[in-house]
Amino acid sequence: MGLKPGEVATGTTIMAVEFDGGVVLGADSRTSTGTYVANRVSDKLTALHHHIYCCRSGSAADTQALADYVRYFLASHAIDLGRTPAVYTAAKLMSTLIYRNKDNLLAGVIIGGWDPKDGGQVYTVTLGGTLQRQKFSIGGSGSTYIYGHVDEAFKENMTREECQNFVKKAISHAMARDGSSGGVIRMVTIDKTGVSREFIPGDKLPYGP
Amino acid sequence: MPRKWTGLNLASTSLFFVTLSACLLQVVFTSNMFGVTVKNSGMTGTGTTAGPTKRTHSPMVTGTSVLGVKYNGGVMLAADTLASYGSLARFKDVTRLNAVGDYTILGAGGEFSDFQAIQEILEKMDQEDKNADDGFSHSPAELFNYLRAIFYSKRNKFNPLWNEVLVGGFKDGKAFLGHLDMIGTAFSDEVMATGFGSYLALPIMRKRWHANMTEGEARALLEDCMRVLFYRWGLREGGREGGRQGEGGSDCRALNRIQIAKADASGVLVSQAFTLSTVWDLASFANPKAGMDTDGSW
Repeated sequence: MGLKPGEVATGTTIMAVEFDGGVVLGADSRTSTGTYVANRVSDKLTALHHHIYCCRSGSAADTQALADYVRYFLASHAIDLGRTPAVYTAAKLMSTLIYRNKDNLLAGVIIGGWDPKDGGQVYTVTLGGTLQRQKFSIGGSGSTYIYGHVDEAFKENMTREECQNFVKKAISHAMARDGSSGGVIRMVTIDKTGVSREFIPGDKLPYGP
Repeated sequence: MPRKWTGLNLASTSLFFVTLSACLLQVVFTSNMFGVTVKNSGMTGTGTTAGPTKRTHSPMVTGTSVLGVKYNGGVMLAADTLASYGSLARFKDVTRLNAVGDYTILGAGGEFSDFQAIQEILEKMDQEDKNADDGFSHSPAELFNYLRAIFYSKRNKFNPLWNEVLVGGFKDGKAFLGHLDMIGTAFSDEVMATGFGSYLALPIMRKRWHANMTEGEARALLEDCMRVLFYRWGLREGGREGGRQGEGGSDCRALNRIQIAKADASGVLVSQAFTLSTVWDLASFANPKAGMDTDGSW
């Protein structure tokens, strides 16, 4: 496993937090090929369904392909079900695809969404295909720089606004120190009313660059 | 039985996954059997060449030791709640112990995604038992043997499940405790351990074990051993090259947050996680013999 020559990586910082009634997902916007920044405004928050998004890290091609497969299966499944699919289903689909193809993929994904049964949920799918639900999750190369920060700043039962500030601050700090993260912060908040996107430009970050 | 996040009902799920697995056949690549030696890639770097497809996996997210002991009237397993990502303590609240059916408990160290796959395999087997509805279900020894066959078969295809597993259970008045490693070696005994526990904890367990241990004694023994593992299990030096024999647990730490699973005549149970007390304030710890009139402390 490892990037093939010439392959593009999303050296990244991604994050998701759940709150009572929804989730907040955030990511930086840098896509690098080696040292060159191929895309400085990429969108690493990808919709899998109306109320389910994923944050992508690892190989850009692999995660785009995986997200496309999961989106396709979920759409078909939603028609069969006749209602919104569970966030767990999306997470399990993603982890099954990664697990069964683990030798050929480099993908670390965080899935966040809302469904009527279990509310806001965050699931992490790691490189080997492990699936784990968490209250919040950080991922990508930049996440190593902020483990201390998020352990300190995280509190139980945060409100929606507190979660958004938590995400913004943590990602800013990661972007400040990780060479492979940078650009703008993209944030998506999902609750039962739907999805709202937020954009924080690179010169208006809470900290850094 | 801990079965979290079931989501949808079983009928639609199974129909869905039939179509899903048909589609996945196109997604899964075929590759040659003769994989090159695995180099520990750990956290990914940029621009490393992959070479030909490697069928031997390298574990990514790993669990460490699991301890097991047979007592008078049952079997008990203990494991901590940590899944590490190389040297990073990544997930500090996972469940590495599971109960299957009415009689069996299992715990695993090594690659966590492979443990999740094992859990699914055994759940399927248990579901088939329930569907047959003939009053019979697989005993712990039978599930152990089934897993052993899977482990050995995958090992023969150079595609092992990178785990070291303890399977325990109590059925018809008989206790069972078995150990399986990633190449399919299978043994059964009164006290068993995986990973580093087999070096640190097993001697302690063997010394204190006796034939009529009560449940309380068994639990105290396991907790003491988990405490020792927490004190004494740091990072192994050097790389993980050729870290076979389920030594996927050798790159991770231990945590003092643990869970216990037990199987006895009344059924199977996986406890909530709890934190072990640790002792750090012995006088000679707090006031070491460091100073000018000694040769210093270390």
